[in-house]
Amino acid sequence: MAETHSLQDLQQPAVSSKVFIQRDYSSGTICKFQTKFPSELESRIGKQPFEETIQTLNNLYAEAEKLGGKSYLEGCLACLTAYTIFLCMETHYEKVLKKIARYIKDQNEKVYAPRGLLLTDPIERGLRVVEITIFEDRSIGSGR
Amino acid sequence: MKNCEYQQIDPQALPTPTPTPPPHHGNDRDEKEQPRRPRRKWEVFPGKNRFFCQGRIIVARQSGVLPLTLGLILVTSGLFFIFDCPFLVRHLTSCIPVVGGVLFIFVVITLLQTSFTDPGILPRATPDEAADIEKQIDNTGNTSYRPPPRTKEVLINQQVVKLKYCFTCKMFRPPRTSHCSLCDNCVERFDHHCPWVGNCVGKRNYRFFYTFIVSLSFLTAFIFGCVTTHLALRAQGGKGLVFALQEMELVICFFSVWSILGLSGFHTYLVASNLTTNEDIKGSWSGKSGEDVTNPYSHRNIFVNCCSVLCGPMPPSLIDRRGFLPTDESAQTGSADIEVPALAAKSEINVVGGSSQLTIGLQEPFSHAPTPSQLPPNLFLNLTEALLLAVALTQSAAWLTVMSWFSFSCLMLSHI
Repeated sequence: MAETHSLQDLQQPAVSSKVFIQRDYSSGTICKFQTKFPSELESRIGKQPFEETIQTLNNLYAEAEKLGGKSYLEGCLACLTAYTIFLCMETHYEKVLKKIARYIKDQNEKVYAPRGLLLTDPIERGLRVVEITIFEDRSIGSGR
Repeated sequence: MKNCEYQQIDPQALPTPTPTPPPHHGNDRDEKEQPRRPRRKWEVFPGKNRFFCQGRIIVARQSGVLPLTLGLILVTSGLFFIFDCPFLVRHLTSCIPVVGGVLFIFVVITLLQTSFTDPGILPRATPDEAADIEKQIDNTGNTSYRPPPRTKEVLINQQVVKLKYCFTCKMFRPPRTSHCSLCDNCVERFDHHCPWVGNCVGKRNYRFFYTFIVSLSFLTAFIFGCVTTHLALRAQGGKGLVFALQEMELVICFFSVWSILGLSGFHTYLVASNLTTNEDIKGSWSGKSGEDVTNPYSHRNIFVNCCSVLCGPMPPSLIDRRGFLPTDESAQTGSADIEVPALAAKSEINVVGGSSQLTIGLQEPFSHAPTPSQLPPNLFLNLTEALLLAVALTQSAAWLTVMSWFSFSCLMLSHI
């Protein structure tokens, strides 16, 4: 049975622009993003929730790359088995990346989507940037 | 005028049922109306890499001399196990083949891992990102005829580090990242492009590479020692084919031991000071320019440096080879963003002081040739690197001699 669809139902909200939060290299090569608040988001979200999100992300990445007893143990064990355990075991870093993905999804649902914003997981951009997509603020009633 | 972005609506995604032809004909008409098979990211990867096993294995386009490396290791170890082990087990101890076997397995596994692992390739910037960076560069640059600066300075642990803009990947390279022109990728913590393993050595596979050369040093030294012992115990002189083969083993191992030991020693020094071959060759932190420069990435402790390089957490592959392309972007491939002339991609425009100069920057020592022996004349070579080059050249010549001698001997022996 053929169905007709309204054009507005089929189209997704138009993308107005994208903001890129670049990496902060002041502490070396560890994964850390700049907490400077971009001016394009001033009308959409407050400084506090934004900084909190970025700071939490930075802390999670620091946890993934932390040099400590656990990571040394994992590294030594891997060396002794000629690194074959990487084929069967999930590394600590991968576990934290999953945690980060869950956190970003959670933040998108609770904080960013209601404001017409979308956070993209940095791993999808090669850990270069945190991409924030700003959607056009359209009310449903307006036609094209 | 308001800038509206219209998204193309994919008709296949609509919930309306498409008329399907009768299923009993498996002809081309069916395949054309079915939705395109979702493509994986490795199929549209813009760098010069080859992929096997549906994107699980990644190698450089030119495999270099990896078959030779593998062949030499297999042949030498094979001869050791066939001819030396039986004799030595009888006369000495049965631990010898066990130790040899463990070392051999380590060497082969780590070699394959070094060759087939993603070295830490950075995916190229998306068009939106590239446009954003261009906008930022234009904003900070002045409005004169001079081209905008393509370097950015950051302060890392009180050390000024210059980040260069990569024209091919359309992004500012993170610190310690370099663009390998053989693979056409930016690689994180770029060490060097190794022709012996046929891949770049970078952040993700450096530990495999280090384990490979260390275990190979042990293996070659072990085989050398065993063969010498074997010949000394026999003390009977030539026995035809067996003797000729053992002599060949000895020659290969002799040359290998010195060059591989030298390389292991060099890389042990690099690991202990948290340096890369690239930085060492360029003398980035040696203070030769007269300023007080120190390596900002070093932890100032040999033990911590070693642990962080070799036993640190294993970073994930950023290129997501086996991920699926989003259906609306599968038409856009990375090839559209690649710079047109290769020469332009290699030149970097730096604005230094009041004048702009075009500098040809070579980011990696082995960028233009498959062998490490060819370096541009204006590159500063320190004593260690010159020594290693000499050893590598000698070794290449020695192996060529050995292989030709071996083929000649086989020919002669086959006529006896």
